[in-house]
Amino acid sequence: MMMEFTLWDIVRNLLTGLEWTVGLSLTAFILGGIVGVLVLSARIGRFLWLRKLMKGYIELFQGTPLLMQLFLVFFGISLMGVDVPAWLAAAIGLTLFTSAYLAEIWRGCVEAIPKGQWEASSSLAMSWVEQMRYVVLPQALRIAIAPTVGFSVQVVKGTSVASIIGFAELTKTGGMLANATFKPFLVFGLVALGYFILCYPLSHFAMRLERKYRGSGAH
Amino acid sequence: MAYAFDFAAVWEYRGQLATGALHTLGLITVGAGLGVSLGTFGAVSRAWKIKPFDKIFTVYVELIRNTPFLVQLFFIFFGLPALGVKLGEWQAAIIAMVINLGAYSTEIIRAGIQAIPRGQIEAASSLAMTRPQIFRHIVLRPALQKVWPALSSQIVIVMLGSSVCSQISAEELTYAANFIQSRNFRAFETYITVAIMYLILSFCVRGLLNRFGSRYISGRKTA
Repeated sequence: MMMEFTLWDIVRNLLTGLEWTVGLSLTAFILGGIVGVLVLSARIGRFLWLRKLMKGYIELFQGTPLLMQLFLVFFGISLMGVDVPAWLAAAIGLTLFTSAYLAEIWRGCVEAIPKGQWEASSSLAMSWVEQMRYVVLPQALRIAIAPTVGFSVQVVKGTSVASIIGFAELTKTGGMLANATFKPFLVFGLVALGYFILCYPLSHFAMRLERKYRGSGAH
Repeated sequence: MAYAFDFAAVWEYRGQLATGALHTLGLITVGAGLGVSLGTFGAVSRAWKIKPFDKIFTVYVELIRNTPFLVQLFFIFFGLPALGVKLGEWQAAIIAMVINLGAYSTEIIRAGIQAIPRGQIEAASSLAMTRPQIFRHIVLRPALQKVWPALSSQIVIVMLGSSVCSQISAEELTYAANFIQSRNFRAFETYITVAIMYLILSFCVRGLLNRFGSRYISGRKTA
């Protein structure tokens, strides 16, 4: 039996997909941020082997396709005999991906703080943690905000790749609807619109933040 | 009962992997060439406010940068035939990559062009350089020189992104991986091999772009 889809049916289903996209993006961004802080502290910390290891971690995620990372998480965990649902594999994969990129972005921000400030604070007998807490981070955080918000757009767009491992977010829902309705032009147009509605405000906000912090002349 | 890895099952298919890698390289070569050209045109239109292209490119850049590549690809491959535009999988993949990279490189190159001091262009024209000469030597080359690292990174990102072209059955590297794991049932070994191949590809492409940049863009012509 053929089922007739009205425009509202299509939009309603896409909105459900959109919710999953938002959920996955938020999960990946928040958890990725937390893991990213850990990666960053190892990346700029005092142990050389840990710094090298994290450099490798970042290069691994920046040098391979997100799709491969998701496949590897998906099939890698099932090797251990645990069946992973697509959403979990997608969340883990995107979290790791996000953590690597955020750690690299933040490293740039920390390194933008002039070396003299490290030397000055260390001559005041501050420990590494104190230097970070009172001197470096307050300044680095200010320059980190704009690129971090900018990267969130990449995370939202990245979630579309999770459709390939079978997670029914916006793109996957769109694919199924396009097949069921024979209206791929309309459906994928609406899917694109959905992503645009999520991403455009974020991009715009990132751009405004960038202007604001650059305009203030401060670091 | 530890899992026994079997990479021999992947090695059997080395021919497919090599072909896939070559196809991926082919895609990014054509995609980068056309995409950066489109981006240069867009950047000039936007930086110098050439009507009506500046407005068109502004909208285009925002539309492309705020939607996922996969959706752009599906829209082109599945959506456009509804308008009577039928495309093969390679054509769709190339077009999607060019459109995607075109948008990012418009923004990247525009930043380079806007960083050229106005005085240099005035100085060049006071030396009786023609407009095409000024454009080539005073604007484009220094602009590309400034943004070459960013542009190279973006090209590598687009190459990695091209792995989703497997979804419209363009037979590139990821397609080869999917095919192989459906034959040998060794998904993890296959994907880790292919991931390493991508890693090598991105190192090579980045290296080639660096050399290309220092030779043809920032390098001076020596006899």
